[in-house]
Amino acid sequence: MIQSIDYYAVAPPLVLALTAGLVLLLDAFLPRRPYVRTALGAVTLAGVIGALAVVISQAVRAGDPLRTFCVPEGLLGSPQAAIGAIVPPVTEPTAPTAAVAPCSFVVDDFTLVFAGLALFAGIVVVLLSATELSSGDIPVGEWYFLLLCTLAGAVALPASRDLIMLVVALELVSLPVFALTALRRYDGRSSEAAVKLFLVSVVSTAVMLFGVSLLYGTTGTVYLDRIAHVLRQGVSAATGLGPGSGGAGTAYESSLRIGYDLPAVVTVAVVLVIAGFAFKIAAVPFHAWAGDVYQGAPIPVAALLSVVSKATGFAGLILVLVVALGGQGATWVPLIAILAALTMTVGNLLAMRQRHAVRLLAWSSVAQSGYILAPLGIRNDEAMNASVAYLVFYAAMNLGAFAVVTLVPRRSGGGELDDYRGLALQRPAAGLALAFFLICLAGLPPGLAGLFAKIVVFRELLGGGGGWLAVVMAVNTVVGLYYYVAWVVRIFTPVPVLTPVSVTGSAMTGGGATGSAVAGGTATGGVMTGSAVAGDVVVGGVRTDGRGAGWIPATAAIAVAAIVAIAFSVAPQLVLDLVPSGLIAVG
Amino acid sequence: MSWLLIALLGVPLAGAAALLALPGADVAARRRLLRVHGLVVSGLTFALSVLLAATFDYGNAARPQFVTDLAWIPGLDLRFHLGVDGISLPLVVLTTLLTFLCFVYLCRGSAEGPGQLLAPRPGGNRPRALVFTLLVLEVGMIGTFLALDLLLFFVFFEVVLIPMYFVIAVWGGRARRAAAIKFILYTLLGSVVLLLGLLLIWSQTGTLDMTALAQARGTGMSTSVQTLAFLAVGIGFAVKAPMWPLHTWLPDAHTEAPTVGSVLLAGVLLKMGTYGIARVAIPILPDGAVAVAPWLGAFAVVGIVYGSLACLAQRDLKRMIAYSSVGHMGFVLLGFATLTPAGVNGALFGNIAHGLITALLFFVAGAIKERYGTSDMPALGGGMMTRLPRLASLLTFACVASLGLPGLAGFWGEMLALLGAFEPAAGLSRPLYLVFMALGGLGTVLTAAYFLLMLSRVTHGRSTETVHVPVLAGVTTGGLPSTGPTGEETDHRENDREEGAPTPEADEKEGIPVATGGGGDASSPGAISAATSETVAGTVSETASAVTSGTTSTTRSRMPDVTGYELAAWVPLIALILLFGLWPKALLLLTDPVVRTLVGAP
Repeated sequence: MIQSIDYYAVAPPLVLALTAGLVLLLDAFLPRRPYVRTALGAVTLAGVIGALAVVISQAVRAGDPLRTFCVPEGLLGSPQAAIGAIVPPVTEPTAPTAAVAPCSFVVDDFTLVFAGLALFAGIVVVLLSATELSSGDIPVGEWYFLLLCTLAGAVALPASRDLIMLVVALELVSLPVFALTALRRYDGRSSEAAVKLFLVSVVSTAVMLFGVSLLYGTTGTVYLDRIAHVLRQGVSAATGLGPGSGGAGTAYESSLRIGYDLPAVVTVAVVLVIAGFAFKIAAVPFHAWAGDVYQGAPIPVAALLSVVSKATGFAGLILVLVVALGGQGATWVPLIAILAALTMTVGNLLAMRQRHAVRLLAWSSVAQSGYILAPLGIRNDEAMNASVAYLVFYAAMNLGAFAVVTLVPRRSGGGELDDYRGLALQRPAAGLALAFFLICLAGLPPGLAGLFAKIVVFRELLGGGGGWLAVVMAVNTVVGLYYYVAWVVRIFTPVPVLTPVSVTGSAMTGGGATGSAVAGGTATGGVMTGSAVAGDVVVGGVRTDGRGAGWIPATAAIAVAAIVAIAFSVAPQLVLDLVPSGLIAVG
Repeated sequence: MSWLLIALLGVPLAGAAALLALPGADVAARRRLLRVHGLVVSGLTFALSVLLAATFDYGNAARPQFVTDLAWIPGLDLRFHLGVDGISLPLVVLTTLLTFLCFVYLCRGSAEGPGQLLAPRPGGNRPRALVFTLLVLEVGMIGTFLALDLLLFFVFFEVVLIPMYFVIAVWGGRARRAAAIKFILYTLLGSVVLLLGLLLIWSQTGTLDMTALAQARGTGMSTSVQTLAFLAVGIGFAVKAPMWPLHTWLPDAHTEAPTVGSVLLAGVLLKMGTYGIARVAIPILPDGAVAVAPWLGAFAVVGIVYGSLACLAQRDLKRMIAYSSVGHMGFVLLGFATLTPAGVNGALFGNIAHGLITALLFFVAGAIKERYGTSDMPALGGGMMTRLPRLASLLTFACVASLGLPGLAGFWGEMLALLGAFEPAAGLSRPLYLVFMALGGLGTVLTAAYFLLMLSRVTHGRSTETVHVPVLAGVTTGGLPSTGPTGEETDHRENDREEGAPTPEADEKEGIPVATGGGGDASSPGAISAATSETVAGTVSETASAVTSGTTSTTRSRMPDVTGYELAAWVPLIALILLFGLWPKALLLLTDPVVRTLVGAP
């Protein structure tokens, strides 16, 4: 029997995959000319925008969710046919959802929000890549190919409604990122980051696969809604049918017993699956890789990790927890709540001590993961929407911050926070934009986007009985503010004109000659400042020579992110409208 | 839909936005443009608020007027709901007035005058950024008083944080960075707790409309929920107000902020906390208020006594005024804690009076600091009456008003608050409040004590000569450095160390006459304006001044008494202090109808 495929439904990942192939071919066959780099970037961008256009057209289309890759009626076996059948046969025919053919790929509101987010982030990352690639030591074709593969995975994942598709899509997101991280050749730091990311990711995949296989083993199906169905039946059967049902045979009774024992195995599976996803979203205690990897990777990759990779991780987590394990809330809700509290606290405390810009963003994005995770830590079906809303706000703000960081020259291999001193005075646009994004992340006006994102989460927590989590998050918000504002202040602090050292020196010689003190200060301090300024000029010169017009795409990226962030600040309702109105459509 | 309130918010906002598009013309023209811009925008806003006060329906003060109610974020139930009634109108006018006066103070006068933050100085003082920041600050302050939606209120409440932070951190004194961080962390912690409280109210009642919530008078919320919400909301406002154990950010912030920053901080920002208690905490959570009021009263009274005692121990003029704010806000909080019409009216009156008087005090103290280069009282010496008679008279007037002399505005608020404590609302323990009243009365005596002590130290007594060391090489006279640090000087330095001046500044003090040096932390506006006006760099005792009498005679005339632009900024405040002191009914008629609905009295 042949499955019918709805190509319209699968168009976004398909467009991305085809573009990826095209980029690889173009890279192989086009002559090595300077314009090729730009051309490949343009093709990639066109592919991403094309995919986004399809997603938008799917979003404006009214009607039922699109479903494809469905199992035809004839092939649909009962879950009990699988190994480890646990559910008493009597309950099976009454199941209402079992009659519907399960589908692996569903395009509903949830899918569209995450796909749109990933593609929007993709546009920004492609633009940033153009700046990063203009330095010339990264192979362009491979870079864009890998980037498109990641995006294809990121678009496919939220549409997945079975475990295998979920794992494959997640790996499609993760695997190219290792290579992207390591693509800057002869750079020890980035190789180290790639190895770290690879090891962590492989371990997490293994852990998650183990959990997934346990889930499959206990329920006999890979489709998320059928897993939920089977687990619910298992529980109801175990509680509903007591030992009093006399007429059944011994086999039935033993299966009942297994059904009663179900939660123990499922609990292990739930914990393992959560652990696997916790690696992907860098939740504590699986967060340790974030700092080194973000710092070592090229900045567009760090942006990709912190937004696209994280968003897909959350999409997968939400799908598994809400759709498949919705009935097991008692197991995972407290677990997620504790993870969220730990994640935000540890992330913020680590970020406080950082002096390196990207590391600070890395730990702060760990903390932000905690905020996103928090609404899942209360038992409420609507809570998931708060997570999604926060994620959308967060993506715009964080991408913007990374975009500005790409643009700021890394002096002396640094990218230290102190290198941002006076940015607002030297380059007002970049400085103001970065300050705005950071204040957004901190969640203060004028960064209303961040403030409303936090309010959405707080509201959900207080409404859902997560008072203690709300208090933890409140304290964390203040801690977070400290380091964001400290950075913002650096942006507005002028680079010192005179050094205090010179003042002491001349003060000793006599205060009456203050004029000469000032003059002397200028003279002695001038040497240091002069050299610093000279350094600046040199760095600037190298940058403009080496990167050519590389700043243009990054500026465009900043502009895109800024426009979105400002739009979200002025009209947060945009995001709240985006958020899936109902529950996730089942496959 | 009322255009007036929208315009009140829109004018400063548009003014700030216009600054972003300011053409990069030549520096001098730009500066002129900036001065005019700041004056015009804040003046226009003030004119609008006067128009608001003129068209306000005084017969109907309890009802919100000029209501604008637009949907903003339906997903959060957040409505752009503005309105003005009897308790917010005076505060709105106070805000626009003080902002306008700050701009008058900044923009008038010659560039070399004291306190000219808009004047050019080495390293750049970013006048455009200052005007921008102050205008955004004004938007936040006005919005807080106008908002009738809990979340909208919170948003405006937060808007002021970042601009105020920058006012302190960029244009502040020596230890500005630490003070600014302390300010923002404290207030943010308060506002996060406040947000939790507001959301708790929302989750229980399902609405964010302040007027509807106030009319409901707590129905739908159990007493325990109300108490919890009152605690959260109250802590949020108490940090801002500030209430006694949560006040520690205030002295630092006030001391380090530039004059205009201190004026707006004391004059308006503190009022946002007390306004919140009157607008949100008491009417929306009446049962919670009854449960928590004794504690609020106790902390308020501790604040009164503690503030007064702390003032007695201060040596820095601005710090002393800052601590006096703690005491005065204690009276305001005590008034609220009584939950009686008299007490709450007194609190609201004290709010306005404190805004006027403390703003004047900070203006005068700032003027003194800019002339002498220090606000350390022993370093100021005495005898200001003979040297700067007008400034000293103004200082005396402001102090006397602040200590609550009958006939001036400071009196009525304290009197009514104590009167309210004499007979607190039903459900509150009267003996306890009598104790509060007695302690509060003791506080008024202590308040009088420290202000009079300060006056006797600074304005009266024998004048210790202050030698003005010219700071530019061109006007240098030799031999001066040899006078070196004398006894007085050491004293001064020790004092600075007590104040917790950071170590980098120790360099600067090694030879006090330097006082400038630009660069880094040393480039505080105070020091720089002192440098530009060639005033104080250090004080030496009379014996030492005999040596350098030549210099003294030439520089003595350079310490100007009250200048025209200063007077322009201060006279309206003096007039209002006298007006409200002599005719308190003007304000009480406005607040009383609202207060009666707030506390549910007939």
